[in-house]
Amino acid sequence: MSGFSISRRGLLAGVSAVGASAALSACGAKTGDSASTDGSGATADTSGSTVKVGLLNSLSGTMAISEVTVHNALLLAVKEINAAGGVLGKRLQAVSQDGASDWPTFAEKAEALITDDKVAATFGCWTSASRKAVKPVFERYRSPLFYPVQYEGLEQSPYIFYIGATTNQQIVPALDYLKKQGLTKLYLVGSDYVFPRTANKIITAYAKANGMQVVGEDYAPLGSTEFSTIVNKVKDSGADAVFNTLNGDSNVAFFKEYKSSGMTAKSMPVLSVSIAEEEVKSIGTQYLQDQLTAWNYYETTPGAANTTFVKAYQAAYGKDKPTSDPMEAAYISVYLWKEMVEKAGSFDVAKIKAAADGIVLDAPEGKVTVDGATQHVHKTARIGKIGADGLITEVWNSGKPIKPDPYLKGYSWAAGLS
Amino acid sequence: MTVILNQSFTGISIGAVLLLIALGLTLTFGQMGVINMAHGEFIMTGAYTTYVLQKSISDAGLSLLVALPVAFLVAGAMGVLLEWLLIRRLYTRPLDTLLVTWGVSLMLQQLARDIFGAPNVQTHAPDLLTGNISVGGGITLANSRLFILALALLCVLALTLILRLTPLGRRIRAVVQNRDLAEVSGIATGRVDRMTFFIGSGLAGVAGVALTLVGPIGPTTGTNYIVDAFLVVVVGGIGQLKGSVLTAFVLGVLQSVLEYSTTVSVAKVMVLVAIVAFLQWRPQGLYTLRTRSLA
Repeated sequence: MSGFSISRRGLLAGVSAVGASAALSACGAKTGDSASTDGSGATADTSGSTVKVGLLNSLSGTMAISEVTVHNALLLAVKEINAAGGVLGKRLQAVSQDGASDWPTFAEKAEALITDDKVAATFGCWTSASRKAVKPVFERYRSPLFYPVQYEGLEQSPYIFYIGATTNQQIVPALDYLKKQGLTKLYLVGSDYVFPRTANKIITAYAKANGMQVVGEDYAPLGSTEFSTIVNKVKDSGADAVFNTLNGDSNVAFFKEYKSSGMTAKSMPVLSVSIAEEEVKSIGTQYLQDQLTAWNYYETTPGAANTTFVKAYQAAYGKDKPTSDPMEAAYISVYLWKEMVEKAGSFDVAKIKAAADGIVLDAPEGKVTVDGATQHVHKTARIGKIGADGLITEVWNSGKPIKPDPYLKGYSWAAGLS
Repeated sequence: MTVILNQSFTGISIGAVLLLIALGLTLTFGQMGVINMAHGEFIMTGAYTTYVLQKSISDAGLSLLVALPVAFLVAGAMGVLLEWLLIRRLYTRPLDTLLVTWGVSLMLQQLARDIFGAPNVQTHAPDLLTGNISVGGGITLANSRLFILALALLCVLALTLILRLTPLGRRIRAVVQNRDLAEVSGIATGRVDRMTFFIGSGLAGVAGVALTLVGPIGPTTGTNYIVDAFLVVVVGGIGQLKGSVLTAFVLGVLQSVLEYSTTVSVAKVMVLVAIVAFLQWRPQGLYTLRTRSLA
């Protein structure tokens, strides 16, 4: 029954789109036209005076603590671009979908954005599980996804632009940093899904090659709130530091337990790769003070572009709202897409992919450059320390943007990882 | 040795959380035969009550103390409402109570999402409860866990006293053992049912307050614990307070010991296998209620 009504709606939309493109044939550019010649199902409708873009984030569930902020940053970018005249003279219309922290839902909503709303591009996803779930959908419809979060690497989809860090821009520099501090015995704690498992495989390989030691490895189900035993194991392990790949609000339970067991950043520092300013605020700084994080951007990152970004974000969402790395990546992903479209002179996916290489943006995190071959960006790695005010202060950075290397081809110890 | 003692304490503290959550169920499921799937949402109510109170009372310690009785009353009132609106029509149909209360549970979750927003929220624990006590030999006891343990034991004590010594307790036991006989003896069984539900749901609210010390609060907070709570009640023997107490601590210690030597998921599986094996051996649970009405 519902299948029938959807296809009827699709039919109506198709009929009206054909009518509209016939009427506007002189000025209309429809990516579907060019793509359909090679048999693809790309259906983006860019014929009108507005172009729809999809925003796909978890607005509910265990990941909402993080993803709502990314959604806000995306909306801000869309609003700013519209205020400045849009993209190729067309206004952007954001269509939001809630992935609900549930991977099948992400795939379903991605398909709805592409086929029902006929978006020109989609921005979003956070967990690697959600990205893996939507990947085949974007590839089937040849529609682009701009993914804003650091991830475990070892992936390259022709229809995904990875705007967050890959491992050699975050995890590897973080390990280098720990090694330099003499923290060589690591305990790995993560959520039980693809990102932490893969990241920990990489960390173990790095440790083996660099004279470090992994003394323990534990996973808790995503959304889990019972960490007393894991914290006991960490405490008894004799580790120098914890490498934390927990995601979402499991971090709240983990750090509460960590503190009440008497451990501090002094006795055993925790380096986290998935906690940014927003999470720090909701977990509570009293649990996190002086702990370490690895990202490419902090609210405190110096530079005029960042001052403007922070001001604009706080004007839109409230003075006490922090900005974070995934938010910044999400924000610049819309601008990077705009640059690509304008360089290509078209919304056509094949054309913007061809135009992507070498696009430079003066981003809040500093200069970023798109690497066309991998569809990742050059990013500066930054290690930060969480302060009493909830903000993160940089204690080290890589000095210049690092070239993305998603398959870690430049590291001999990474051979054989997949 | 240190490891064993530390893990035992962890197990006991997990057991205390389980016990707090199962305590209300022992009454409503154990004594009254109602499979109340909305029990988890009463827990959530207690947790959100703490959150709301903390917004108006800035002192975290004071707001926690105020939250305990208030959460008991709020969750208890919701339980009475549920009993009066729906459950009293279904007392002889336990499977129907499962479906109906499951529907209610989904509605309450959505309601929470509408009121408090979909993202989970956190409360701040009072400073006193974020530290720990070192008892020497590398053994530390987290204050928040000690608080939860004390709270659980206090609730068990209060419930035991009510059931054993008060007129209400006598009436509850009479209704549980033989509803018809109680009715013809002049006991207002309807009112007793409502009071039982009030206490059982109220205890869920108290459990919710305790959970705010452990992790984040969200619309599905209660759902995460409801299966474990039912397991405790079934394994302990339906309607048996002492069975629930014993089972909660045994399962807690078993879980934490297995978790220490394996991983979280493997330990969960092993505990479930142990429960299945146990129920094969003793289908009636640890303790059995001897009545004429229950076989």
